Amino acid sequence: MTHPDFLWRDPDPKPSYDVVIVGGGGHGLATAYYLARNHGLTNVAVLEKGWLAGGNMARNTTIIRSNYLWDESAAIYEHSLKLWEGLSEELDYDLRFSQRGVLNLAHSLGDVREGRRRVNANRLNGVDAEWLDADEVRKFCPIVNVSSSARYPVMGATLQRRGGIAKHDHVAWALARKADAYGIDLIQGCEVTGFDLADGRVRAVRTSRGRIAAGKVALASAGHTSVLAERAGIPLPLQSHPLQALVSELLEPVLDCVVMSNAVHVYVSQAHKGELVMGAGIDAYNSYGQRGAFHVIEAQMAAALELFPIFSRVRVLRTWAGIVDVSPDASPIIGRTPVEGLYVNAGWGTGGFKATPGSGWVYAHTIAHGEPHPLAAPFALERFTTGALIDEHGAAAVAH
Amino acid sequence: MLLIDCPHCGPRDENEFRYGGQAGVAYPERPAELTDDEWAGYVFRRDNPKGWFHERWFHAHGCRTWFAVERHTVTHEIRKAP
Repeated sequence: MTHPDFLWRDPDPKPSYDVVIVGGGGHGLATAYYLARNHGLTNVAVLEKGWLAGGNMARNTTIIRSNYLWDESAAIYEHSLKLWEGLSEELDYDLRFSQRGVLNLAHSLGDVREGRRRVNANRLNGVDAEWLDADEVRKFCPIVNVSSSARYPVMGATLQRRGGIAKHDHVAWALARKADAYGIDLIQGCEVTGFDLADGRVRAVRTSRGRIAAGKVALASAGHTSVLAERAGIPLPLQSHPLQALVSELLEPVLDCVVMSNAVHVYVSQAHKGELVMGAGIDAYNSYGQRGAFHVIEAQMAAALELFPIFSRVRVLRTWAGIVDVSPDASPIIGRTPVEGLYVNAGWGTGGFKATPGSGWVYAHTIAHGEPHPLAAPFALERFTTGALIDEHGAAAVAH
Repeated sequence: MLLIDCPHCGPRDENEFRYGGQAGVAYPERPAELTDDEWAGYVFRRDNPKGWFHERWFHAHGCRTWFAVERHTVTHEIRKAP
């Protein structure tokens, strides 16, 4: 038996690149791909301290949707969803993108009002959205407990039919293969330890594999963005937290949509292989430890069983945590920094996976032109000074 | 689950507490003189170190004392704040 061919090379770093991307996760790889595809930039390296897509890209719950409240968010997430809809074909790789519908349950009158408002806002922004009453929820997803005596009564739900899930590993592999084919160097086991700055401009990155000169440096480092930015002297409004998720043992098909509940911090889907994939809310404290407390999982399971009594005998196979970088308004930070030539793409918090192609698209544009892409402009770091926040704590669906 | 040493009640389980974030963030002494960026710093920017972090906890389901500890954000080890 022979080992299958690798999908990308394993090059040593060159002394210099036009663009160095720090972080070989989904967003870093998508950025590299679109730098080449949309802007013809191929003298690019992606530096990854571990292995490609081994951080949050390997730890998320793969939910994809675009039903965010505000115009700025709807625009960027809908752009991303439209890219997902053509991405398998474009990358010539089956991403298992499945538009099976995403339900966001409402358990209180406040939830109902918020949900209806979001549906209307989504429609005005050209994002598909429907409001379902409890009976329609039952028809769409029969295993949800919609009994009026339930601990968390289901009073309705928003539904985005174009939302769904994808296979995260395939996404990373497909993007990496294409980026590599463009001649971009994907360099693993290469940790960035510092930056060479001169006259307010970034000149190079210092790494565990030596100094690499760079015309531009683009951070795509999720939970570790604060650590890197601090080495460049840039304080960012980010806090890093563990976000836990889990999978069950493999089951026969039982759940053919995504169900999320903002109020009880549960989101559930069934992966193609058969396991239930569930995510929780963040652990309260700051951490880089890639693990969280069991009581968070316990509370999440208690809520999940109230919503899905049929899961009462399902066993948990494993739990894990990723480190998510949470911003004050639950929206990402994309764009320039006070250091010329150093760019940041961070703060995606609990919901970065769905944005993978859209984020890469607008970030690549921002890097290539030195000016924010129109969809990225509202997400610039300056919004915390001007006060033009984009508060998506409601639509982010997970407590921050 | 963390075991957090409340100064009044002694070591108690983490889920009795609420997290208070970075400790020692004082209200600006001359708020009227702050620039917009300095306000952004006070309102939005907090330290986010990988290592020891000086942070506050609130014993919400106990004596309701606010207090500060130092906790390591990788090992989660807790020691008394200096």
